[in-house]
This record gives sequence, structure tokens and C-alpha cells, in this order.
Amino acid sequence: MAHSTTLEPTAATTTYTDAPRTGTWDGGNEPFKASYGKLMMWFFLLSDAFTFGAFLTAYGMIRHKHGVFTGTADKFFFSTAHWPIPEKVFNGFPGLHGMDLPLAFVALMTMILIFSSVTMVLAVEAGHRMDKADVQKWLLWTILFGAMFLSSQAWEWSHFIGGSEKGLLMADGSVMHGANLATNEYGPPLFADLFFFITGFHGTHVFSGVCLLVWCFIATTNGTFEKRGHYEMVEKIGLYWHFVDLVWVFVFTFFYLV
Amino acid sequence: MSAHATTEHAYVPGEIAKPNTGWIWKTFWVLVIITAVEFAIAFAMTNPELRTFRNSIFIVLTILKAFFIVGEFMHLKHETKSLIWTILIPTALLVWLVVALVTEGSSIGETLAHMFS
Repeated sequence: MAHSTTLEPTAATTTYTDAPRTGTWDGGNEPFKASYGKLMMWFFLLSDAFTFGAFLTAYGMIRHKHGVFTGTADKFFFSTAHWPIPEKVFNGFPGLHGMDLPLAFVALMTMILIFSSVTMVLAVEAGHRMDKADVQKWLLWTILFGAMFLSSQAWEWSHFIGGSEKGLLMADGSVMHGANLATNEYGPPLFADLFFFITGFHGTHVFSGVCLLVWCFIATTNGTFEKRGHYEMVEKIGLYWHFVDLVWVFVFTFFYLV
Repeated sequence: MSAHATTEHAYVPGEIAKPNTGWIWKTFWVLVIITAVEFAIAFAMTNPELRTFRNSIFIVLTILKAFFIVGEFMHLKHETKSLIWTILIPTALLVWLVVALVTEGSSIGETLAHMFS
């Protein structure tokens, strides 16, 4: 086992216990069979999952602390006494003013993000084949869908902040329209706070992702990855992008459906 | 034929393989169908008494979607076992956190509602 003759065990010590170990976790190899960069991206995403997990856990706790509207959905009314039913809050659609289209716009946003995930994974696949033109094409599509999602969220926010024409009659006789961090017409103040923090944090992640993708597109066009011999950077940014999509899947369920 | 092939190869350094995208679109349709089912349930099952049952379906479908995104798109299904567990075990602890704090929230709500009765 030993390579050097000076370290050769003597004939008397037949049970030589200090031989170099060659197991999976004994060093000198890659137990995860993943590169440093990809591994660090996974660990970052794990920590990010805890951040969003904390947000959604806080949402669950605060929602269960508040009262539940016990009647049927068609008799629902906005009040600070109970948590709002999401489909009564998010029922607008750009260009279709005054119509009740529950969750239609958020369905569109979900589809945009799923599409962006598909184009991202297509870019990664093109990178594996060293197909520069295809990587460029799919990165551009992903940037486009990302920008579309961000614009949709901007509309969603302005609609939420602007509120309905009817508004909510306050105890002092005034009428409250829309939402801010202190009060909102939809329900308990914390409902709007959680909406701003959770979707805002997710939107910031999408924005960072779009910035990374734009940079990645420029580097691809300049031939940086082609010279490097691999498109692993596309893969790492892809991991981040899919994670952002994953977070939306959970936000969608717990904020809009449940 | 050979002349045509030579002119084409002059532009492309090295051979570029054919795209293999079948599995990507398969995963895409799975995600779209699950999302459509979620919407159908959101509008078909409006009885307040079925609320807990409906929400359990949503959570199961969400985890199913997460499985496809992480497993296929993020390629985790095809990584080594040790990496899979390194990611999954800490994430599983979040489940406990959610259950604990949601229970806590209900308890706080109950206490506040009956504070003066």
C-alpha cells in the first residue's frame, strides 16, 4: 500500500494500522461528484429556502392567529375581524376594469414563470452541447419571461395598493381604499404586510436573477464560456432561477390558493 | 453533398449534438397539468366544510410540483445520494417548524378570542 520504501512496515509488525485510507470521505476525491461552484450554489439555495420558509411559517402562524370567515364565499365581506379569502382580493386583470376574475392574473404569472423555467433548462441543455447560438436564444427567452413576470408583479402591487372603488368603511366613518403597511381595506393589517414582504422578497429574487441572466447572456455572446470550455455558469444561474420558480410555487399555494 | 457539408462545417468549430429536450417538455406538461388541477379544485370545491380536505390536496400537489422542479429541472434526482440527503434533511426540518408555529398561532388566536369570557 505504501509508496515509499522508508515507510515500509517491518516484518515484525504484520498488523500495520496507519495505512493511507481511501474511503469516500477520506479526502482526495469529490464525494458529491459536483463542482465547487455548483455545491456552493446548492448550499446558498438551502439557506435561502430557510429565509422563505421563515416567511411562509410566519404567514401560517399569523393567519391561524386571526379569525376565519365561516360562511360561503359568495357572502364574504372584507373586515379586520377575519382573514380575507385570496380570490376575493386578487380578482383584477389589466385592461378588464371592474370585472370579477378571481386568480386569473396570478394564473398568468404562474404560467410565465413555468415557461421561464423551461427556457432556462433548455439553455442549460444547449450549454452541455456547447451550442452557443442555442444558449443565447434560450437565455434571451428566459430574460423576456423574467421581465414579463416582474412587470406583472408591478401591476399586481399597484392594483393591491390602489384598492377597490368601494373601499372599506372604517369605525370613524371614513372610507379606506387600498393598502399600505399600517392599514388595508382587505382585512387585518398584517395581511398586507405579509403580502408586501413575501411577494416583494420573491420579486427581488427574480430581479437579481434577471440581472444575472443579462450578464450571462453578454458573457455567452463574448464567447467567455466557449473559451473556458464549459457552460457551467449557465447551469449555476439555472439552479438559482429554478429555485425562484420553486419559491413561487409555494407562495402561490399558501398565499393565493389556501 | 460533400461540398455542402464542407461549407457548413467551416462555420461551426466542432460537432454540435442534436438537442435532447423530450424530458424537459414532459416535465413542463406535468407542471402545467398540476397547476390546472389546482385551479379547478380552487373553484369546484368551495364548501367551507371541506376546507381542510381541500387545503391538504393543495399541499400534496405543491410538494409534487416541487419534486418535479427540484428533481428534474434542478437535476437533484440524478446527483449522488449524499448530496440529495444533504439538501433534503435540513429542508425537512422546515416541516416541523411550520407545524409547530401554526399550532402556536391557533393557540394564541384562541387565547385572545376568549380573553374576557
